Amino acid sequence: MSTCICVIVNGKPVEVVAGASVAAAVARAGSRFRRSRSGEARAALCGMGVCFECRVEIDGVPQQQACMLIARAGMQVRTDG
Amino acid sequence: MAERYDVLVIGSGPAGLTAAHAAARHGARVGLVDAQALPGGQVWRHDVRFSAPAFARRCMQATLEHIKIDWLPQTRVVGAEPGRLLVEDPRSARWLKYGALVLATGAREVLLPFPGWTLPGVTGAGGLQALAKQGWPLAGKRVVVAGSGPLLLAAAATARRHGARVLAVFEQADRAAMLRFTRGLWRWPARVMQAAVLRAQLAGVPYHFGSVVTAAQGEDALREIEVSGPRGQRRIACDQLAVGFGLAPNVELACMLGCQLEAEGAQQRVRVDARQHTSVPGVYAAGEVCGIGGRDSALIEGAIAGLAATGARTGIASLQRRRAQARAFARQLRETFAIDQRVRALAQPDTLVCRCEDVTLGALDAHVDARGAKLATRCGMGPCQGRICATALAELGRAAGIAARPPLFPARLETLALAPADGIAASLAT
Amino acid sequence: MTHSYDLIVVGAGIIGAACADVASAEGLKVAIVESGAIGAGVTAAGMGHLVAVDGLPAELALARYSLGLWEDLRDLPGGEFSRCGTLWFARDEHELARIPDKLARLRAAGAVAEAVDAAQLRELEPALSPGLAGGVLVPDEAVVYPPVMARRLVERACRRRATLIHARAIALGEHAVTLDDGQRLLGNVLIATGGALQALLPELLIHLRKGHLLITERYPNMLHHQLVHMGYTDSAHGQSDSVACNVQPRPTGQLLVGSSREYGVSDSEISLPMLRRMLRCAFQFLPSLRQLKALRAWAGLRPASIDGLPYIGRVAQRRGIWVAAGHEGLGVTTAPGTARLLVDQLLARTPAIDARPYDPMRAAA
Repeated sequence: MSTCICVIVNGKPVEVVAGASVAAAVARAGSRFRRSRSGEARAALCGMGVCFECRVEIDGVPQQQACMLIARAGMQVRTDG
Repeated sequence: MAERYDVLVIGSGPAGLTAAHAAARHGARVGLVDAQALPGGQVWRHDVRFSAPAFARRCMQATLEHIKIDWLPQTRVVGAEPGRLLVEDPRSARWLKYGALVLATGAREVLLPFPGWTLPGVTGAGGLQALAKQGWPLAGKRVVVAGSGPLLLAAAATARRHGARVLAVFEQADRAAMLRFTRGLWRWPARVMQAAVLRAQLAGVPYHFGSVVTAAQGEDALREIEVSGPRGQRRIACDQLAVGFGLAPNVELACMLGCQLEAEGAQQRVRVDARQHTSVPGVYAAGEVCGIGGRDSALIEGAIAGLAATGARTGIASLQRRRAQARAFARQLRETFAIDQRVRALAQPDTLVCRCEDVTLGALDAHVDARGAKLATRCGMGPCQGRICATALAELGRAAGIAARPPLFPARLETLALAPADGIAASLAT
Repeated sequence: MTHSYDLIVVGAGIIGAACADVASAEGLKVAIVESGAIGAGVTAAGMGHLVAVDGLPAELALARYSLGLWEDLRDLPGGEFSRCGTLWFARDEHELARIPDKLARLRAAGAVAEAVDAAQLRELEPALSPGLAGGVLVPDEAVVYPPVMARRLVERACRRRATLIHARAIALGEHAVTLDDGQRLLGNVLIATGGALQALLPELLIHLRKGHLLITERYPNMLHHQLVHMGYTDSAHGQSDSVACNVQPRPTGQLLVGSSREYGVSDSEISLPMLRRMLRCAFQFLPSLRQLKALRAWAGLRPASIDGLPYIGRVAQRRGIWVAAGHEGLGVTTAPGTARLLVDQLLARTPAIDARPYDPMRAAA
């Protein structure tokens, strides 16, 4: 059984398997990742750090690529979706 | 951590791993840089639930544990000066000096615009595979895989292993092309095995040829797709659509360093000689960045590049013969899965092409030249720096440049302000 | 083949575009000759800050005149006219001491400008580093997106029957220009080719002053005004490589970070050493910039005249040849005034401001 950790997405606690990406945590929380320039909801597309669609705010630092960072316990993630 | 590496390898997929290992075994002090937190590149990406194949594990372990190799994860190259690269990780920035450089920057997915492709729930095919391995929730989700190429099978198998209900795979290539391809497969027995294993893993999942997803629909998330195939149109309700049209080499760093490129279909690849040497002295390239060839050619080319970068004269010739065989397979693949005209015509005037700046295809059509279109619409000026839209526009037969100026990726301003004499600068952010 | 026009504008940067716009509005038959994209040269490389710089009296006069004319252009679609105002800030008492003179010069030229003390400065822009001495707020100034502005002006001229010709001008005659596609156009010819001026008018010296810019990701509401260090004017009028803090909030929420000046360089490759200097200078005043993500950086070549003032008017010793070029870093600001001044002279009218300081004759002498 893999261990799980808890991260906070838009104020809501979410459990993910240890080693999961922030992107996975946001998806598990059921949150959109961001609103596009014209207001469309967007979510992760390429999964490998190329498209920048999965940008979120992590621990107060905006514009982080959720698919490139591993979720850590207690991480505060905010999306504008 | 060393200040200077005899050989600096950029990318830790199969090519980068074997390059680093070959160079280290030949006595070189090696730095292995990757943007990801863990090695393996895309093909051997770490899976949070399933362990990698034994061969991949051995390969990664041998490289990472080698005493002469420094592993530099979560590190991106953002700038270059002669003999050194400016790199950034989440916490710091530094200049890395090198004697020789091996570019093993791999490839990205070709993602082509079609109506609805910006909806949450639509990802790349390799994209969904990567996300699933990172823990993206797929259990019980209805997944459709579409696009073109052998990656579709692998993506479908990964999704299924992670609990998805894979409804179908839609391949745009027609059955005849596929038959021609499979008839020639006997020359690559390992590939036959690979395909057979994947097919077995996908038992019960319908695989349709000559079929294209023409639209995705939903309000704020994917709800339904439209598929056009030999038996007409149909609609399928689903939660995830994974759609990709093959791979494009990541040539931006090579381009910034001044390496000569050459055409690979609509995309560009790095030109190398028989020793994987690029047109720039001391700069080698291996694997997908030299043209999409798959894991086998990447492993061989990485080893050649790693040896050549240390000045080795022996051990290369036998590898060169094996490379020819592996590359021939890639050519077959390219022909079989050549993108159909129908796919190129999917984007409508109101379909977004540039997802960073929300620019439609129609907005680009109002301009006669690419530079004018870019300036007027900001197409390609967002954080992906054109990696998605310029790659797509190239496939659609439109001119699009390669962004090859520093910062090569969006980077902290403090990173760009770092001078080579400054040493390592920890970011104030953390 | 030969065609006749009242005015043939060579170069569709912001200067040529504005001239074509004004000339066509006067009912003149206009041709615009441009081999590349509209507004894609130094026009696209600039910041698009509409600012009255008060270093030279004639520079200030042209800028102030132009800023009034910009009010009629602010609604051009996609031009992103945004009245953020300019906030000049002083680092110390020494710089603060220059403020009364600056205010007097700006006000004499008709600008609304007010002194702000250290506390007001912090209130206006909390991101500025503490300890700055004060500054000057010029609230009416604005920023635009220059390449689209240039395009809109050309489109407007074309709607008034101006002709856009995709070709390169290769030789000048008397009231004539020959293009690389073999055409010969007859009429008054206006050369507005900026940094490429000397290819057609070798007698008018142009120095290229390379500048770098960088644009960030979107950080809405971090800054509210175009911020310029009081030392910027020294950098702009100096004679050696220099940097100055000059940071602009775009309407998109992105920040444009400048600026640098390099002499004797004619490539527009990014120089990392110069970019570093420029950024370090900006960090002194805006420490929070350090953590922001840069999306892109680029360099452009400002076309400077021999004395810091543009060449606007008839070219001496030539018949039917006019020039509007050499605006250095102020081409976007002064484009509407330049166009008005040029077309008034062409039509033998008395311009609204004294045209003599810009007379290209001074350079030929």
